[in-house]
Amino acid sequence: MVAQYDKTPVLQTKNLVKRYGSVTAIDHADFELYPGEILAVIGDNGAGKSSLIKALSGALIPDEGEIFLDGKPVSFSSPMEARALGIETVYQNLAVSPALNIADNLFLGRELLKPGILGSVFRMLDKKEMEKRARNKMAELGLMTIQNISQAVESLSGGQRQGVAVARSALFGSKVVIMDEPTAALGVKESRRVLNLIKEVRDRGLPIILISHNMPHVFEVADRIHIHRLGKRAATVTPQTHTMSDAVAIMTGAMEVSGSEEEAA
Amino acid sequence: MSSTDTKPSTAVLDHDKVADQASSYVAKFERKETLVQRFQKFLHHYPIAAPSIVLILAIVGFSMIVGGRFLHPFNLSLILQQVTIIGVIGVAQTLIILTAGIDLSVGAIMVLTSVVMGRMAVNYGIDPSLSILIGIAVGALAGFINGLLITRLKIPPFIATLGSWNVFFALNLWYSKSETIRSQDISSIAPLLQWTGQTIDFFGARLTYGSLLMLGIFFLIWYALNWTAWGRHVYATGDDPEAAKLAGIRTNRILMSVYVLAGVVCAIGAWVLIGRIGSVSPQAGTMTNLDSITAVVIGGCSLFGGRGSIYGTLIGALVVGVFRNGLALAGVDVLWQEFTVGILIISAVAIDQWIRRGTA
Repeated sequence: MVAQYDKTPVLQTKNLVKRYGSVTAIDHADFELYPGEILAVIGDNGAGKSSLIKALSGALIPDEGEIFLDGKPVSFSSPMEARALGIETVYQNLAVSPALNIADNLFLGRELLKPGILGSVFRMLDKKEMEKRARNKMAELGLMTIQNISQAVESLSGGQRQGVAVARSALFGSKVVIMDEPTAALGVKESRRVLNLIKEVRDRGLPIILISHNMPHVFEVADRIHIHRLGKRAATVTPQTHTMSDAVAIMTGAMEVSGSEEEAA
Repeated sequence: MSSTDTKPSTAVLDHDKVADQASSYVAKFERKETLVQRFQKFLHHYPIAAPSIVLILAIVGFSMIVGGRFLHPFNLSLILQQVTIIGVIGVAQTLIILTAGIDLSVGAIMVLTSVVMGRMAVNYGIDPSLSILIGIAVGALAGFINGLLITRLKIPPFIATLGSWNVFFALNLWYSKSETIRSQDISSIAPLLQWTGQTIDFFGARLTYGSLLMLGIFFLIWYALNWTAWGRHVYATGDDPEAAKLAGIRTNRILMSVYVLAGVVCAIGAWVLIGRIGSVSPQAGTMTNLDSITAVVIGGCSLFGGRGSIYGTLIGALVVGVFRNGLALAGVDVLWQEFTVGILIISAVAIDQWIRRGTA
C-alpha cells in the first residue's frame, strides 16, 4: 500500500495543548498521519514528543485542542478507549507477560470465548481458535521462526518478543499502530528483522507512528518524519529531501525551516 | 557523528551490506546439554513435576519403611482427611501467591467464619444452611477488606494481612467470647455444619464429604485459572502488573476478586474445619496460615507471582501429609515431623531457584 497524502489523515491533531503547572509539554501542536505511511516522530529529549504520543494513545488527556480519527473528532480518557477505536500502541517495555505463552499474550485482555453455552455460561476460553489466529498472524508477518505458539514468551529473544508485541498490535489495530522505540533494546541483526516487520505491517495497510532515537533506522523505514521541537512540530521532512544532519539541525534548532507543511496546514 | 553527514540512502545501503555479511547467529554459545541440564529443563517446563516426584518417592519410601500399614486404603484416606483443611486454605493461598501477594490472614478468616457459622446456627437458631451462607459472606467481606487495603491504600500484602490477621483473630475471640461450641450441641441443633466430617466408605477407604468438597474446589479453581480469561489475568497480574495494565487488564479489579474469592474459600474451609473437629473453637487452626504457605511453596508456586499451578498445591499438601503420617507411623517423635517439613520448604525453594538458574 502506498501512502495516500491526498486523503483525509487517519489521525490528526490541531492546536493540542498540555500543561503541567508552569511547564507546557505540548504547545499548540499539529500532527497528521496519512493512510499507508510510516511517520517517524523524532525530537530531542524534553521536546514533548512522548507527551504528544501519550495524547494520541489515550494515556494523557490534553487541556486544549482536538484529535481527529478519520476526520471525525474523538477524545479518549484512557488507552483502552483509544484501543477500542483501533489505535494500538507497542510500548517500549513491550507489555508482554513473560510467563504466559505467545497465544495468551496476543489475546491478553481480549480473549476469545467458545461459542455456545460453554462460552456464555462457563466463560470457557477458545484456546484452539486463539492459537490458530495467533499462528496465522505470526506466519503472515514472517515470524514463524518461532516454532511453538504455546511456548512461554520468556523463552524468546528480545527481537522475538518485539515480534509478539507487534503481531498483537497488528492483530487488533484497525486504524493506527504506534511504536515506541521498537529497536532501542535490540542488536543489529534483530533490529533489521523488526524494521522489516514494521514495513510488513505498513504494507498490509496499517499506518504506523514510529518513535525512535535511531536516525539510520528512522531514515530507512519512514515515509515522512515529523520533527518535534519545543512542544510543537518544527517541520515535517522526508528522507528524500533532507539528510540526517538536516534533521538533527532542525531538531536542535540549528536550522529554521520555512515553507514546510506547517504553513500549508 | 560523521555518519550523519552522509546521504541517508547510502548510509542505509552500507548498513544493509554489513548486516547481511554478519553471522546469522545473534549470539552463539557452545551448548552441549548434559543429562542434568535436560532434567532441569524438564522440571522448568512442568512445574508440577518436582513435587510429584517428591510425593511418589515419599510414598514408596514410607511403604518400604513402615510396610503395608502405610499403603492401606484406610491410612491413605486418613492422610487425605488430614490434609483437607490445608488443601482448601491452600487454594485460597495459591490464588493470592499467584498475584505475587501473600495472605497471612487466611487462618484467622477461617476461624472467624467458623465461629460465625456456629453461633448463627447454635446460639441464634438460624437455619444451618443460611448460617453457612452468612459465614461465607463474612469471609468474602474479610477478603474484600484485605483487597481494599492492598489496592486502595497500596499497603504491601504481607503487612496488610499481618494487620488484618490480628484484627480478624481479635474479632473472633470477641465474638465467640472465647468459648467453644460443643460438638453435641452442634450435632443436635445444626448437624449440617458437621456434614463435611461425615464419611463414606469407598473400598475400605473412608472419604469425608469435606475431602470431596476440597477436590471439588480444586477442580473449580483449576478450571477458572486455566480456562477463563479471569485466570489468564490473574497470572498476568502476578507476572508483570505493569505489562498487564498496558494490555488492558484492570489489575486492581483482579486483585480485589482474588482476595474476595480467597475469603470465600477460607469460609468453606471453616465449614470443613467444623466437620473435622466436630466443635467450633476460636483457638482452632492456628497453624493453618503457615501450613497453607508451605503447601503452596512445596507445590512449586513462585512467591514472586505468575508461576505455579493449583494442582501443585494439592500435591504440596499431600507431600506434607504423607511425611507427617509416615513419620508418625514409623514411631518418630513429632518434633522431627516439624523438622522434616522445614527441610521440605527450604528444599522446595532451593530446587525452584536451581531450576530457574538453569534456564535463564
